Amino acid sequence: MAEELKVIVFTLAQEEYGIEVDKVRTIERMVPITRVPKTPAFVKGVINLRGIVIPVIDLRGRFGLAETEYTDNSRIIIVAANELEVGFIVDSANDVMDVMSDSIENPPEVMGGVKAKYISGVAKIGDSRLLILLNLIEVLNRNEIIQLEQFGE
Amino acid sequence: MEMNQYLSMFIDESNDHLQALNENMLRLEQQPEDISIVQIIFRSAHTLKGMSATMGFEDLASLTHEMENVLDLVRNSKLGMNGHIFDTLFKCLDALEGMVQDIINGGTGKSDVEELVQRLKAIVKGDVGGSGTAKPAASSSSNVPPSFLLDQFQLSILSQSLESGHKAFYIEVKVREDCLLKAARAYMVFDVLERNGEVIKSYPSVQEIEQEQFERSFSVYYITQVDEQLLQDQLSRVSEIESVELNAVDKDTLAEMENSQQSADQASKAKLETAATVISTSPATTVSPVASAESNAPRTAPAAQSSGSAAPRTIRVDIERLDSLMNLFSELLIDRVRLEQLASEVKRNDLTETVEHMARVSADLQNIVLKLRMVPVESVFNRFPRMVRDLAKSLDKKVDLIIVGAETELDRTVIDEIGDPLVHLIRNAVDHGVEPIAERISLGKPEVGTVHLRAYHSGNHVFIEIEEDGKGINRPKVLETAIKRGVVTPEEAKNLSDEEVNMLIFAAGFSTADKVSDISGRGVGLDVVKSKITSLGGHVSVHSTLGSGTRFSIQLPLTLSIIAAMLIKLGSEKYAFPLSSIVETGAVKRADIRTLHGNRMIEYRQSIIPVVSLAALVDSPDYRDDEETETEMLIIRKGDKLAAILVDEFIGQSEIVLKPLGKYLAGNLGVVSGATILGDGQVALIVDTNALIK
Repeated sequence: MAEELKVIVFTLAQEEYGIEVDKVRTIERMVPITRVPKTPAFVKGVINLRGIVIPVIDLRGRFGLAETEYTDNSRIIIVAANELEVGFIVDSANDVMDVMSDSIENPPEVMGGVKAKYISGVAKIGDSRLLILLNLIEVLNRNEIIQLEQFGE
Repeated sequence: MEMNQYLSMFIDESNDHLQALNENMLRLEQQPEDISIVQIIFRSAHTLKGMSATMGFEDLASLTHEMENVLDLVRNSKLGMNGHIFDTLFKCLDALEGMVQDIINGGTGKSDVEELVQRLKAIVKGDVGGSGTAKPAASSSSNVPPSFLLDQFQLSILSQSLESGHKAFYIEVKVREDCLLKAARAYMVFDVLERNGEVIKSYPSVQEIEQEQFERSFSVYYITQVDEQLLQDQLSRVSEIESVELNAVDKDTLAEMENSQQSADQASKAKLETAATVISTSPATTVSPVASAESNAPRTAPAAQSSGSAAPRTIRVDIERLDSLMNLFSELLIDRVRLEQLASEVKRNDLTETVEHMARVSADLQNIVLKLRMVPVESVFNRFPRMVRDLAKSLDKKVDLIIVGAETELDRTVIDEIGDPLVHLIRNAVDHGVEPIAERISLGKPEVGTVHLRAYHSGNHVFIEIEEDGKGINRPKVLETAIKRGVVTPEEAKNLSDEEVNMLIFAAGFSTADKVSDISGRGVGLDVVKSKITSLGGHVSVHSTLGSGTRFSIQLPLTLSIIAAMLIKLGSEKYAFPLSSIVETGAVKRADIRTLHGNRMIEYRQSIIPVVSLAALVDSPDYRDDEETETEMLIIRKGDKLAAILVDEFIGQSEIVLKPLGKYLAGNLGVVSGATILGDGQVALIVDTNALIK
């Protein structure tokens, strides 16, 4: 029995990605970001989300893609998983979609330049659309940040 | 039945009752003849039993039930408290606490209480002779009053209260035949009675009535100051009661009763004596029944008053709700600042007035919101009397703990953190501070050691002091150990002041205890205490006089959530420095900065202190202090070390709300200790000044 999965769809370097809707707190327009020193480059800093300070990372930077200037379409998706609350800066976010669980396939080694371990699956929608579903636990893995930091020092 | 929604309430209330039980047991241990305390203990135990039975925690209920049986005997003066009973009851409390803790952790609250139950039962049985005095007597008597007889002590209570102007009644209550909840109605009757006076004795016993072990009527001996008519009115207002009969008891009837009692007494005297020996086998805290009866009579009136006005005036609120209230409020604060700015630009009178009014209201609101988060230190202190008692027992010492200022309020966040350090210091005081009894006697000190635990406000700080009249800190011994453990070198040791020597005991890996006990003294203690208190923004100091005691003094900030800070600018970025760490602000000329061994230093009040460039430290993207001829600086302090921090521009002083940076960034943040939200809604980082001074 295939289950229906609601996902938030966002774009990053022309690819479409999805995050399960229950992991997403809100989607915000770009707001001023306060830089936090001594953090990896993809950690853009912290924002004030209605009185709560939330770290923001550039998802392009996190995946090793080229970072670009933010536009009017840029959004911050606040996700909550693993007891962490983090904002993802994405190129745009504009859709909620139902995905049938039987249409999700295991990810190939590299997908749109993103390593397989950050991807939980690829959903085929219609004939030509592919939706990359993120593995939030890995994306938010803090061990990796610490390793990156040590590498940088 | 779905119980989850009641579970948190149950846990909260159980904890309250357990705490009350602990406190009152300790009080009772001090004044074992005060039956009013037994009454309070009994009530707590009874409520706890009811609640746990309702929630289906059978072990909890059965243990409290047995405790109740023992307490019932005590409060009816049929059993004297003694060391054994106290110990057993305290053990029971521990077991109960364990079970409640298990429930909190999602367990079923099951525990093997059989042994304790047996011990309690044994205590109850050991008193069979004592409790038997009234009942066999009742059967042998046909005199007025008909249904039951009073024992000697109860008679003396009655006669004494009559002498002191109280009224005594013999009340017979009959419930209606079709009454469904006899016990509930009986309870309501007792409720009315207890609000107005005191029930001396009831037949059947209160327990039996509660378990509906009575036919249709029950009777009580009762003393009160309330008018007969009024009492009759109130009692008949309880529904499903068929009749209430009040018979005034006067001196004559009392005398008559006494006579009939005497004959019955002869028969049970032998039994009484066996009971008496049971009581007197435990020497330390035995209460003579007569003493309890005496203290009982004059107490009647105040007890009645206090039980009437005990309705709580508080509600319980989930801490998360308070936190979100705080968050919402800081949002509002930010909007207020914005509105004020806009209003000053628009310059319309009515708008300005409205905004000003809003500012006043929100200032009041801020006070209230902050107060909501304040908790009396009592919630931490209240576990200590019990802890000290147990500690003293296990160490064979005699220690009095005197708590002063338990009502002093601290922010919840501080309260949550301060418990462990205090436990450590108090254990330390009892274990290492207070001498064993023999040593105290030989030193001419009172046998019982005293530990004072004080809390008080002073300025923007709360002080907590732990003072004991023990042996004090032995300077040579401390130094010897410190040198042995490599904490200081022998050369350094010579130049240390007494204060500095005292602070050595906070050094890591230090312990002067000759032998390691399981209570304290593994040498991992005091340094942890110190670092914890420092992390709370507090400060700890020691004063000690050899031979007459030691005082630990902890200084804590009133709140961790709002601090006074200095805001500074660094190019386009803003940073906050906690005002508490700033000694002075000023400016320094480039030419005055010297380089010593590659470190930049300046001269500041006859000493040379290091210079730190904040811009370099945080890799400021758009500000460098190198090319300035004169730079603003902050002098900050950590302990007795100073440093000068170069910044771009001062913005000003402000109260800021502390916010965590989020778990994702927690950990190795270096110079940043947290964040705050400024008036314009932007986040500013708070600089951890402790990290700036190495």
